[in-house]
Parts: sequence; C-alpha cells; structure tokens
Amino acid sequence: MQWASWTAFFNMGGYAFYVWFSFGLTALCMAWEVLALRKRSAAALRLSRLLAQD
Amino acid sequence: MNINWFKYSSPQTFYPLAGRMIPWFAWLAAVFAIVGLYISFAIAPTDFQQGEAYRIIFVHVPAAWMSMVIYIVMAGWAAFGLALNARLSAMMAQALAPTGAIFTFIALVTGSLWGKPMWGTWWVWDARLTSELILLFLYLGFIALQSSIDDTRRADRAGALLALVGVVNVPIIYFSVKWWNTLHQGSTISMGAAPKMVTTMLIGMLLMALAFWMYTIAVALMRVRCIMLERERSSEWVKQLSGANS
Repeated sequence: MQWASWTAFFNMGGYAFYVWFSFGLTALCMAWEVLALRKRSAAALRLSRLLAQD
Repeated sequence: MNINWFKYSSPQTFYPLAGRMIPWFAWLAAVFAIVGLYISFAIAPTDFQQGEAYRIIFVHVPAAWMSMVIYIVMAGWAAFGLALNARLSAMMAQALAPTGAIFTFIALVTGSLWGKPMWGTWWVWDARLTSELILLFLYLGFIALQSSIDDTRRADRAGALLALVGVVNVPIIYFSVKWWNTLHQGSTISMGAAPKMVTTMLIGMLLMALAFWMYTIAVALMRVRCIMLERERSSEWVKQLSGANS
C-alpha cells in the first residue's frame, strides 16, 4: 500500500485536482456513452416495432 | 471443413451474435478495470520525478493508444466495405468512429491536465499534441460527412475515403516524439526496447489498456446493433425480430 491514510490518498501528493479530474472525466465519458447507446437502442427497437405492426 | 464465413457478414445473423457477445466484453472490461485501477492506485509506487501526478498515465496512455488503434481498425473496415461493397463493414466503421473520438478527447484533456503541473502549460503546439488534435478532427469530420449524406451507400463511400486519407496521420502521431523536438516525453514502451518504467506501473497501464479495449468492443457492438436496426428498418429480418419481441 502506498498511502498513509485516506486523506493522503485523496490528496494525491498535492495533485488531487489533476489526477481526479482525469479519472473522473474518463469515467463520465464512458458512462455517458453507454447510457446514450442504451437510449438509442431502445428508440430504434421501439420504432422498428411500430413499423412491423403496419 | 465447410465453414460459411459469409454467414456472419450479413446483419440479420450478426445482430443476435453481437447481442450475445456484448455482456462478455462488458464483464471483461469491468474486471480488467477493477484490477487495473487497484494496481494503478494501491500497488504502483510514487514516481521519483513526477510524484503522484504521473498516475494520470493510467488513463492517458491507454486512451491515446485506443484513439490510434480504433482509427486504424475503423479505416480497415471502411476499406473493406469500399472494396467489397459489404454493408456490415461500413456499419462497423461507422460504429467505431464516436468511440474513437471520445478516446481522442480523453487523451487530449488528460494530457492537458498532466501538462499543466509538469510543463507549466495546458497546451503547446508541438507535433504530438497537434497531430492528436488533427486525429480528433478526422473522427469528427468522418462522423459529420457520413451524417450529412442521406444516401447510405454514398455516405459510406465518402466516409471510407476520408478515413483512408486520414490514416497517414496515425504514424505521424506515433513517431512525432522521435521525428521532432517536443515537450512531450518519448514512448514509455517501444518495440524492441525494454520499457522505461517500473514493472507494476507497466502492468497497471497494460491492464487499463485491456479494459479500454474490451470496453471499445462492447460499445462498438452496441452501436453497430443500433445502426443495423436504423438502416434496415424496412427489411424483413428487422420486422420479424420486432414482431418476435413484442
């Protein structure tokens, strides 16, 4: 283990902003992409279902 | 041996297959990410020069790798689609572009967040950073060009040409740190040379790269399924699929 305490871990040796921003942004981008794709896929299925009924 | 390789090149057979593959790649991505993050933050030691700021490497380098790898794979599918007039190949190229653009964006922003504390600046117009920015514009150009043409076959062809011309940019990005004097540090790992980093750091980085790779396959399959449904809405197989599900 590299860290004396949780505080030290979150502080990242004074680089907290840069490190956590980087990891947070990456996680947000991925979560957003997956959610957007789920919405898109639900919409595509809904529309093709409507068309199949005609 | 009589395997019909063309069986899976048609959307109606690939659609359910892709659906079954997505959870596997998603789980692999999650497992690699959890182990990779644990090694990145709990095992890998503090860097003697850069302190804890170097830990940005665990997202920055894998994202930058993926931005280049995805472009090459996308251009490969596009070329395949162009040469053989295969609709699934063109759809694969189209499905990869947004994910490639996102990884390029992540590489640029995390690079900037690393540059500020280490170089004292968010951005410099040097070869590595500029060519990576051009890669982002190539992805966005590909997406914009394809969506601006209504006829999908023409859109696929135009997009494929753009993707193929843009491929020259990838070796420029890769070798930019060798060819030009730059603020950007040299490659951490290069073929034929020992990695210039501690083994645990290297393992953390490779695991994160594997996680990003599995993630990319999972979301590209999700997107290609959407594209298949959207493009082939009026075809018989989509009608049957929709009828069977409702």
